[in-house]
Order: sequence, then structure tokens, then C-alpha cells
Amino acid sequence: MIDLLLILVVLTNLKLLGASRLGASIRTVAAQGVVLGLLPLVTHPHPLSIRILELAAGSVIIKGFLIPGLLFRAVREVDVSREIEPLVGYITSLLFGLAALGLSVWFGAKLPLPMGALSSWLVPVSFFCIISGFFLIVARKRAVTQVLGFLVLENGIYTFGVGAMQEVSPLVEAGVLLDVLVAVFIMGIIIFHISREFEHIETDRLSTLKD
Amino acid sequence: MILTLILMPVVAAIALFASRSRAASRVLPLGCALAHLALSVACWRQAPAPALGGWLVLDPIGKLFLLVISVVFFMGAIYAAGFPGTQAPPRNDPSAASDSFQSEPIFNGCLLMLLGTMTLVTASQHLGLLWVAIEGTTLASTPLIYLRRDSRSLEATWKYLLICSVGIALALLGNFFLEVAAAKADGVPNHSMVLSEVLSGAAHFDKTWVKAAFILLLIGYGTKMGLAPMHTWLPDAYSESPSPAAPLLSGALINCAFIGVLRAQQVCAAAGLAPFGEEAILALGLLSMAVAAVFILGQTDYKRLLAYSSVENVGIMAVGLGLGGAGAFGSLLHAVNHSFAKAMLFFIAGNLLFVYQTRAIAQVRGLLHRLPFSGVLWLTGFLAITGTPPFGTFVSEFSILKSAVDQGRLWVAAMFLGLLGVIFIGMATAFLGMAQGEAEKETRTRLSWMNLAPPLGLGALVLTLGLYLPPSLTQVLRSAAQSLGGL
Repeated sequence: MIDLLLILVVLTNLKLLGASRLGASIRTVAAQGVVLGLLPLVTHPHPLSIRILELAAGSVIIKGFLIPGLLFRAVREVDVSREIEPLVGYITSLLFGLAALGLSVWFGAKLPLPMGALSSWLVPVSFFCIISGFFLIVARKRAVTQVLGFLVLENGIYTFGVGAMQEVSPLVEAGVLLDVLVAVFIMGIIIFHISREFEHIETDRLSTLKD
Repeated sequence: MILTLILMPVVAAIALFASRSRAASRVLPLGCALAHLALSVACWRQAPAPALGGWLVLDPIGKLFLLVISVVFFMGAIYAAGFPGTQAPPRNDPSAASDSFQSEPIFNGCLLMLLGTMTLVTASQHLGLLWVAIEGTTLASTPLIYLRRDSRSLEATWKYLLICSVGIALALLGNFFLEVAAAKADGVPNHSMVLSEVLSGAAHFDKTWVKAAFILLLIGYGTKMGLAPMHTWLPDAYSESPSPAAPLLSGALINCAFIGVLRAQQVCAAAGLAPFGEEAILALGLLSMAVAAVFILGQTDYKRLLAYSSVENVGIMAVGLGLGGAGAFGSLLHAVNHSFAKAMLFFIAGNLLFVYQTRAIAQVRGLLHRLPFSGVLWLTGFLAITGTPPFGTFVSEFSILKSAVDQGRLWVAAMFLGLLGVIFIGMATAFLGMAQGEAEKETRTRLSWMNLAPPLGLGALVLTLGLYLPPSLTQVLRSAAQSLGGL
């Protein structure tokens, strides 16, 4: 069951790397958020404790619905063309993704988790998310895609957190989720302003400030 | 008491966000800043009780930076209240008038939110909570940079938010790694991340994971602190942020990220890996100073000049911390001195920007004629930030240098001194050129005392710290340095 969810995460990442439509990308990240929200339910020894249910529900709502909703709104209001316009082509991106996956598996084998982790896929998948997130931030022009990259990166770290430890204090979990939510909220507002200011949301034109 | 310190500004901020009241917006920041300062001083007199089951405790490091942040914020609140620039737009851009005018309650609300999250950083003993608080400071300060609402500030805001968020996300991974390091030691999966318990158990942690965790924490919090090569957002954010906000970013916020680095080094030292952490921090510190020196020479924009000077100064702090021992003492003292001196300079830079309406060094001439008071303060600030005696920065830089020489690391000392020299020359060229010369217009511009008193007060503080270190401060610095494994 854990492996199934983790494979879904890998697939969503690959889909993101190859996706050409903005709307599809946001939906993919939303799907990834829902899958990751369900992860604690299967990794935890006592899945039906109130705390775990709360964490799962909170993650699903925030990562799966609230954040994508905010992004959809930002994109709709600015009414940009729906193409992603990558700096690195889709095929190259996918090839990069496969290479990154291989690297993550190799890396995960080098860094085994203690206490007999629930699935040997946890570490590779989380690293794969982190690398994909970085790649999306660097290789895509649109501000929205950079936010998606940030979310995938954050999801990778979250995957590691869920896998590596059974109990994280609720206050910290809530704080992390809240921080991400507010970050995306502010990013959404900025995207709106970037589009109004430049009549596009491509960050490669944000290049006035330099020495 | 700790909870009051944290919640008071947050509640005030929420009240401002909700009411958008302009009257409250004028009164609340000053009132909160005053109350916060009074409470912070009280915390020095009598240690406050731990809160939230030991998650919030003021240890010497927290106590030190709480007061620094509170003082800088208090000055900032006075300055913001009297600063015409927060209300009036630049003259050449009337379209922005209504915008920045309306957003004043939002601006002040974000200021208060920033104060609350910064206070939380100083008091957090739980490493996870510390992460949440530091990311919180990023979020609270982002709208401050974007106050002017033009394309340049937009670019700076986007870089700041994205780079810092990604950096701080890596610090979260570092926290998880640390937890794995703890679990690997004894096979028990759930370890408390409260600092005192981490430190007492760290000796048995898995060394490889601790090293990986430390690197991630250093990169993460180092990004926020402005250490090269992760500093790229900093010159943009500092130069584009409005005049009342820049002093808080450089004078107060840097310390919060520094606390994150200090905690990482504490854990590293407790795990018996102090030299590993120190080497990494030292390398980043020297690199930051070198990068700053390159960009300070020939810099044409005085706010960017000050920003690169911040990169230099976090480099100095990192070098001190990396040397350990007496160097750590100097590093903490330098953090205090830099906060006051840099906030002072950014306040005056705000005055200059208001009067001259330009950030180009070449276009500001005859400062001593046109703005005598600000001009003298500007030169004083220059001497203070470059570590000229008798200012406090001299004492802290000298103690870092001395610790390098005492340890026999002469090449570190030589590089440190050489880079300081280059930066001194670069800054002197810019500052002296601005101060001297004929003013284009002989008209003297009068500034409100609220825009002159904060830099004056901060300058006096740096001077005082150079002449006399109060015993209570020395004691706190000493115990803070001890907690870093020094002395």
C-alpha cells in the first residue's frame, strides 16, 4: 500500500516534468498533495488515532485543494496563455527526470533509514521529489511553475519526514503546513501583480536588478 | 512573559489587518514597540519562566538577540511613524499614491507580525518550532519589500520569497535528518527536538547523519542570513525595500537567521563534530567577505552598497563563529554591533533617498552642506560599520582577529584583515564622495526629529559598546559563547 502511494508520487512527478499545460500541472500537484496526505494513514502503526486523522485531513485539504485553488485563481485572474513555455524542453526534462530517479535510488541505497523503514522506496522517492522540485524551479519560466516546483520540493521533504519518524509534534506539523499555505498565498498575490506589471508571468524578464 | 512578548505584536497585527484603521495604524506599532522593549529589558533583569512545556525558553543567545531586535524595532517604529516616505509616493510616480497610502495599515501590521515572529525565533528551544518561526519571519517581511508596488520591488520580492523559502525548506530537511541521526543511535524512533535534550543526547547520534543535517541547516539558514554564495536575493531585497523596512531586515532579521546557524553549530559541537562545523562556517564566512569586497568596490548605488556591507558583516560573524572560542564571543558581539550600525546607516539612507530622490552615489554630493545633521551621522555610521576605533565594531572585529592569531591560523587572519582593508577603501570612496563637494541646491531640507533620533540613538549605542561593555552584557555574551562550545 505504501509502495503504491509512493509510485503514484513518482508518476505525478514525471507527469509534471512532461506536462505542457499549466492547468494540468496544477491538477497534478494537487493529486500529489492528496496522495501524500494519505501517506501517514498507511505508514503509521495506529492509523486511526485522532492525531493522524487530523494530520491527514489537514494535508489533503491544504495540499490537495486550498493551495491548488489559490494557484488556479491566480492563473485565471491573469488570464495568461496556458502553455508552460519551458527553458528546457519536455523530452529533455523527462530524460532528466529518469536520470534523477536513478540517482535517487542509488542515493537511497547509500543512506538507509534506521529502524527498518516501512518501505525502502521512501528515501529515493523523497529525494526524487526534491530534485524534481529544484529542476522545475530552475528550468521553467513561469512564476506559477516555479511555485509548483517549490511545492514539489516541499512535498519531497514532507515524504521524508513522514517516513523517517512516527511522531512529529502536532504544533510543528501545523506550523509547517500553515507556513507553506501562507507562502503560496503570498506568491499567488505576487503572481497577480507580476502579470499586471509586465503583462505576463515569466520570471526571466525579472532581470532588472543586478550588479 | 515570553508568551506575552510573542502574542502582543501578533494580536496587534491581526487587529490592524482586520480593522484597516489608520488611526490604530499610527499608534499600535509605537505602543507595541515600547511595551516590547520594556518587557525585553525586564527579561534581562529577571529570567522569564519557560513556556509551552520548555519549548519557549530564553537562553543567553535568545536573551541577547531579543534585546537587540527589540531596540532596533523600537527605533524602526519611531522612524516609520515620522517617515514621509511611508505615506507619500515618490514624486515622479503619482499613480502609486493611492496604493501605498491605503496599504499603510497593512505595512504596519506586517511590521508587527515580523516583530512577533522574530521574538518567537529568539525564544524557540524546539528545533521544529524554530524552523516554523524563521519561515514565519520570511513571510511577514515579504509584503514589506513590496510596499512600493513597482516592477523593481516586485522582482526583489519574488527573488526574496522564492530563494529564502527554498533555502529554509532545506533547513526543514536538515531537522528531519537530525531526527534520523538521533533515531539511528538507539533505534527509538521518537526523539524530542527540544534543544537541551538534543544537546544532551547528541554525543551518541549517528555522525554521518549529523554532518548531513548540519550542512542542510547551514545552507538553509545561511541563505536567510545572506551568506555567500546564497546571498543573491539580499542586495535586491535590501535596496528595493522601503526606507523604514530595510533597517529592520538588516538590523534585526539577520540575527534570526544567525540564531538558526548558531543552533546548528551547538548541535554539531555537542555531537563532537565542532571542528567540522567550524570549518564549513569559516569557509562560507571568508567567501562572503570576498564576494562583498568585489561588489562594494565600484558600487554605484548606496543602498546596494549597504546591502553588500551586510553580506560582509555576516561573513565576519561567520568567521568569528568558525574560529570558535574567543572568536565566537567576538562573533556574537559583532552581531550586536552590526545590527545597530547597519540599521543606523539604512535609516540615514532613507533620509537621503527622501531628500535627493536618487540612490545613485554619484548624484549625491555636498551632503554635509545640504543635510548637515544626517551628513555627520552618515560619516559616523561609515566609521562605525568599517570597524574604526573607538566604535564597538572595532572591539568585535579585533577580538575575532586576535582569536585567529592566537590559534596560529595566520592565513585566516591575513585574509580577514586584507578583505576588511579592501572594503574600507571601497566604502570610504563612496561615503566621502557623497559627504563632500558642492551641494547642487543650497537649500537645507529639514527632517523631522523622528527621522534623526533613531540613527543618532543607534550610533550612540555602537559608540558606547566600543568604550564600555556593561558587565551584564559581557556575562550574557560569555555564557552564549560557552553554549557554543567556546571559551
